[in-house]
Amino acid sequence: MNARAFLVRGLLVGLLAGIAAFAVAYMVGEPHVERAIALEESGSAAAATEPTDHSHAAGTAPHSHGDSTGDGAGDGAGDGGASVSRTTQRTWGLATGTLAVGVALGGLVALVAAATVGRLGRLTPRQSTAVVALVGFTAVALAPFLKYPATPPAVGSGETIGARTGYYFVFLLISLVVGVAAVVVATRLWERLGAFEAVTIAAVGYVAVMVLAGELMPTVNEVGDFPADELWFFRRASLTTLVALWAVIGVGLTALVGRLHEQVASVAARRELAASL
Amino acid sequence: MSQSTAAPVSEVAIPTIPLRELAPWALFFGLLGLVVIFFVTTDQGAVSLPAGTAIHEWVHDGRHLLGFPCH
Repeated sequence: MNARAFLVRGLLVGLLAGIAAFAVAYMVGEPHVERAIALEESGSAAAATEPTDHSHAAGTAPHSHGDSTGDGAGDGAGDGGASVSRTTQRTWGLATGTLAVGVALGGLVALVAAATVGRLGRLTPRQSTAVVALVGFTAVALAPFLKYPATPPAVGSGETIGARTGYYFVFLLISLVVGVAAVVVATRLWERLGAFEAVTIAAVGYVAVMVLAGELMPTVNEVGDFPADELWFFRRASLTTLVALWAVIGVGLTALVGRLHEQVASVAARRELAASL
Repeated sequence: MSQSTAAPVSEVAIPTIPLRELAPWALFFGLLGLVVIFFVTTDQGAVSLPAGTAIHEWVHDGRHLLGFPCH
């Protein structure tokens, strides 16, 4: 078992995860993106006559696919300047995003898994890889989503993108650091208290710290009068996409690392047998 | 008999990868992965490295559906 073996498996699994995420995003998520854009376009027409909560957003080409938007039909046909048609955005563009993130994330998870093998108490490589994937999903995807959930096109002001991006990644970083700390604490307590107690303490500690961090960090609410059900459908689809991405990485990498370890162990056992003859 | 001695050894001794061996891989590919994730999820939103909107436009839907702040 070496770094290369892990990385190759992670990249492969990441590619599969990207494909799965694309399939889920395309089938489950895209209908809601389309509906949000349709709502946005009808909304920006209405915003000219009635002031709304996010009127500044509506006034400055709400859905800034390209900040150069001047025309109301921006989303439908692509904006001036760097224009990418909706058809391209929801097929090749979406595929580019999910595949790139999938491969990169698969590689990163694999490298972390490589570092943790044999270092999480007596967990086997298969088990420690599963822990890395599960903690990774919780800390990197789930917790940030719960605090700063995905927003469909039409929600979110272009003027606050800097602050919102900052909050999101600060929260993600906190979550990651606390998640790693929780795993370290669980590993330390494992010998003294036993598995159940150690994991429970670490998990409760993670949740408590993250709830506190969530309470302290600013809340973003730029939903305005976007329909609540449509918002929920979009967010559910977005979370489903993230789950698909991480599930394929987690299950796939756990399976491949487990098999790798079995091969390595059986080769070692055969060598030992041969040496003893 | 030799098998009964071999099996427990492979069970107890879980292999580790020396951090010294892992470090260059982690540094290089970790940075590469983070750069890729940055360009897909964040670039030309809050921060624009090549100015413009081409990257943002291209990965727009992925950014929304993967839950990153887009605009």
